[in-house]
Parts: sequence; C-alpha cells; structure tokens
Amino acid sequence: METLKSEYSHIKGWGIDNVSDDEPNYPIKTYTGDDHDRIRWKRPTLQRETVEILKSTERPTNSAVIGTTNPPRGLSGMIRRYAFKHSENEFKHWLPLLFADRIDVVEGIIEDLVHLKVPRLIKERGWYALAKHAPGLLARKIGVRLAVLVVGVGSLKLARR
Amino acid sequence: MLAMNYRGPFRVRVDEKPRPKIEHPEDAIVKVLRSCICGSDLHIYHGMVPDTRVGTTFGHEFVGVVEEIGSEVTKLKVGDKVIVPFNISCGKCAFCKQELYGNCHESNSQATAVGGIFGYSHTAGGFDGGQAEYARVPYANVGPTIIPDGMDLDDAVLLTDVVPTGYQAAEMGGIKLGDTVVVFGAGPIGIMAAKCAWLFGAGRVIVIDNLDYRLEFAKNYSQCEAYNYEEIGDPVEFIKKTTDWLGADVCIDAVGCEAGGHGMQTITGRKLMMQAGSATALQWAINGVKKGGIVSIVGVYGPTGNLVPIGNVVNKGITIRANQAAVKRLLPRLIEHVQAGRLNPKGLITHRVPLESVAEAYRIFSEHLDNCIKTVLIPPSVRT
Ligand SMILES: NC(=O)c1ccc[n+]([C@@H]2O[C@H](COP(=O)([O-])OP(=O)(O)OC[C@H]3O[C@@H](n4cnc5c(N)ncnc54)[C@H](O)[C@@H]3O)[C@@H](O)[C@H]2O)c1
Ligand SMILES: [Zn+2]
Ligand SMILES: [Zn+2]
Repeated sequence: METLKSEYSHIKGWGIDNVSDDEPNYPIKTYTGDDHDRIRWKRPTLQRETVEILKSTERPTNSAVIGTTNPPRGLSGMIRRYAFKHSENEFKHWLPLLFADRIDVVEGIIEDLVHLKVPRLIKERGWYALAKHAPGLLARKIGVRLAVLVVGVGSLKLARR
Repeated sequence: MLAMNYRGPFRVRVDEKPRPKIEHPEDAIVKVLRSCICGSDLHIYHGMVPDTRVGTTFGHEFVGVVEEIGSEVTKLKVGDKVIVPFNISCGKCAFCKQELYGNCHESNSQATAVGGIFGYSHTAGGFDGGQAEYARVPYANVGPTIIPDGMDLDDAVLLTDVVPTGYQAAEMGGIKLGDTVVVFGAGPIGIMAAKCAWLFGAGRVIVIDNLDYRLEFAKNYSQCEAYNYEEIGDPVEFIKKTTDWLGADVCIDAVGCEAGGHGMQTITGRKLMMQAGSATALQWAINGVKKGGIVSIVGVYGPTGNLVPIGNVVNKGITIRANQAAVKRLLPRLIEHVQAGRLNPKGLITHRVPLESVAEAYRIFSEHLDNCIKTVLIPPSVRT
C-alpha cells in the first residue's frame, strides 16, 4: 500500500476509503436481521388519504407518507386506474401508464385553455436557448415539423380528391 | 410561490403554485436556496418514466432553510439550513434500519420497486420536488442533514445526490488497491464516480463518453484517462486491449437508459420504447469487465426490462451491484471529504440560472449545449 500510495501522491486522499476485506454484500447494507420481522416494524404515523392515491397491488396498504400532488384526472386518470389493477410485474401496468402520460399532455393543454392561458410552446420547449446556442439544431427541428405538416396537408388533399 | 411545472415531454415552465403545507406530523416545509437539474431529470423530461403527470414539479437535488415543522419533528428547528437527500426515507422500515435509505418501504404507495423520491413521477411516490421556492419534506427527522458551518451552498446542494451517487458507484465496485476501473458516462455522476474511485485505491481510472468537452472536463477534474467511444472502435475490444486482454477489474454504468452508441439498443430502447431504454452502457460494462469482475450500476433504467447479455454475466461469473444511492448513510463521510478538500463538488457546476429560466436550462442540459456539466437553479428570493 505504501509504495502505491507514493505513486499516487498527486491524488488527494488516494486509497483512504479502501476496504480490502470487501465482500459482495459489504457495504451496501448493514445487516440487522430486521428482514425477518417482515413488515412488522413500528410504523410511522399514517398520513390521511386526502386525495385519490393509486396503490401498487404489491403492497397491502399505503405507505405511511404519501405524495398528494396531481391526483388522477380525466381520461388519463381512468387509464391510470386501469393500470393499477395490474401488478408492477406486468406490462399491463406500465404501458397504460405511459399512454396515460401522453393523454395527460393533451388534458394539460385543455386545462391551460380553460384557464384562459395559452401555453407558450416555444418558450416551454426552451427553443430560445436553442436559438442562442444551437441555431442549426433549432432549424432542423423546425424543418422536420414543417416537413411533417406539408406531408400531412398534402396527403389530406390527395385523400379528398 | 414559483415552481417548475412539467407540461409534457420537452415542455416545462415556471408557474405560480400554492405553497406546500404540512401534511404529516413528520413533515417540514423548506424554503429552497438552491436546486439542481440532474441527468435523472432528463429521463422524466423526455417522458420516459411511466406515470409522470402533467403539473409535477421536478427537482430531487435541493438545499434550503427550514421554514415550518410538523408536530413530530424533533431533530430540526425553524431556521436550520439543510441538505435534503434525494430519497425520502422513514428510518423505521426494515430497509431504512439497515441503511438502505434509497429503498424505503414507507414513502411510496405507487410502486414497491423504488422508494419515494422528490419530484420524480408518481412511480416514485408523487411528491413535488425542489425546483421551486418551497418544498414539502417528509420524514424531516431522518433525511435532512444540517449544512455544516462554513460549507458553501453550492457544495451542499451536490451532496444531495451527485457526490453520494458517484461515491456509491465506486463503493459498490468493491475496488481493490491497484484495480483498473472503467466508468461509462462523463456526466456529473460518472465524473464523480471516477474521482471517488481513487479514494478506494484504484490504480487506473478510465472514463468513456462521446462528448469531447465532457471528456476533457473529466480528465482534469477526476485526474483520469478519458476516451471518446466514437473514436476507439469497439469499446469492449478497446478495454480488453488496454487491460492486457483480460478486461477491467470494475466497470461502472453511470449512463442509464438513454445511452447512445449502439443502433439496435437506441432504436428498440429509446425510439420504439420496446425495452426500458437503451442498455448500451450496461452491455459494454458486462462485456468489458474481467471474469469474476464487478459491474456497478447507478445509471437509471425503467421498470419493465432491458436487453442485456445476461448469459455473459453467468459465464464470466460477474457480480452486479446496483442501487439508488443511500445518501443519508454516506453524508457524514462525504462531508469530511469535502471539508478536507479531497472532493470539490462545486467544481462541477458550469451553469447558475434563475429558476424562471428553467425551460432554457433544461434544454441546454438535455442537448449538452454551452459545455454544460451541471446546472444550479436559483430562486428569485435568494438572488437579491
Ligand atoms: N442510482 C442513483 O442513485 C442515481 C442518482 C443520480 C443519477 N443517476 C443516474 O445516473 C445516470 C447519469 O447521471 P448524470 O447526471 O451524470 O447524467 P448525464 O445525462 O449528464 O450524463 C450521462 C452521460 O452519458 C453519456 N453517454 C451516453 N451514452 C453512452 C455510452 N454508451 N457510453 C458512455 N457514455 C455514454 C452521455 O453523453 C452523457 O455525458 C443517469 O441515468 C441518472 O439517472 C442515478
Ligand atoms: Zn439527481
Ligand atoms: Zn423506510
């Protein structure tokens, strides 16, 4: 160790935390045996459920503390409720959630409009930063959107004929 | 109060939101002094984490002043300045008791596979984060740690996640004196992991990424070797060659689910979302480590599944270790390292941005513009 230490003297603190008897489970967890009491630990005070909380099917009750932000709403909420009928082990849980997230975006825009707030899409997308630091990239993004629009309108016209 | 507000993939803004309230007797309300944008935030910003609801305030890396405490809070008082670990931990469950503070069972109803995390989707509990003027901090007796006198807030805010995660990445590597450690990813986490690998006695530290400015940064900051994976041919072959053909002793994945560098992984993982992100770095780590070596994963992946060469894990007898960093367990030691000058967290910060510019800040970090490594958001109330 001492010879190595001098070799690495340019690195402050080299080797200072080395644990040479490192075992596969050290030091991730300090084993106490508490696992064997299963879920019978003395629980913290339980937070009251004031909004709808979707609970994983893989646990019996809510956690003692719960996050109460953005409870499920609208169509996305219905999809989320469906997702939570399935365990975390299933795609039927995760894929609907991803889908609900996309619906939620549309609901977010409707929510804005209802509150007479027009979402500032350019600002929200951080495009001002792109204009400043990567105008080429911004031009590409705009180009792709324009192209999609042109193709879309074009095919609509064709379809009408 | 002002708070970051997620509106959908690649769309965020700052809005007026109601100030958080005490909802549980162990809650504290913290007035935020600094918050950061993390590589983990990019996964939710990009819409890759299921159950990321519109209206969520992100931000799991923040420090602040205790403004209000619930009736069961005994370890903090109003006015204390605190480091708030990114994981929410109760201190009482079987996992917290064994210092697995990143795996608490009493902080997330929505999923059992991950503990509660501030501002990190409903899959991580549905809590708002600290990219705001105030935040609700549950279990205030457990996680929050008083910022030691004289410690710079910029150092403190990086102790909420980046330093502990980088350190634990190296710790989980079980580094033996003289080991060769390869770190995938030269983001803040990879850079910190490389730096910490020396504390555990590594003999050689190599960082791999494809962004030259980050590699240059890593080389200086972490005093290590750094290579661009687009210039070295097959990275696994490169690692074999440079380790006398046996492979690295330890490989660290500090990239996670949005890795580039492998067409098939990128298409199936990031474009089609047929797997939980692209697992390129993990694949390289498994294939680049020696037989009987250790792969340490801190990069974040989604909850479904990924294509990784698990057969090679078996055939090579590799140990895989991974976790969300147990911030609270590591803080005392890491504070010592910072105070002794062995670690210089704030040296990672390249951007200090007003909270109101959050949309631009996310875009700059996400696209790796303006040589960005780490961004700190500063709320208006602490700027004057
Ligand atoms: N486990 C934890 O407790 C924990 C905590 C914080 C962050 N994280 C995770 O760690 C990861 C890194 O975080 P960060 O803040 O440094 O993020 P970052 O996005 O700033 O850095 C990721 C880096 O990986 C590089 N990269 C992409 N593909 C690569 C490849 N195939 N090989 C090598 N490098 C590649 C990117 O160019 C980028 O520089 C993220 O997945 C984040 O979610 C985990
Ligand atoms: Zn983070
Ligand atoms: Zn716990």
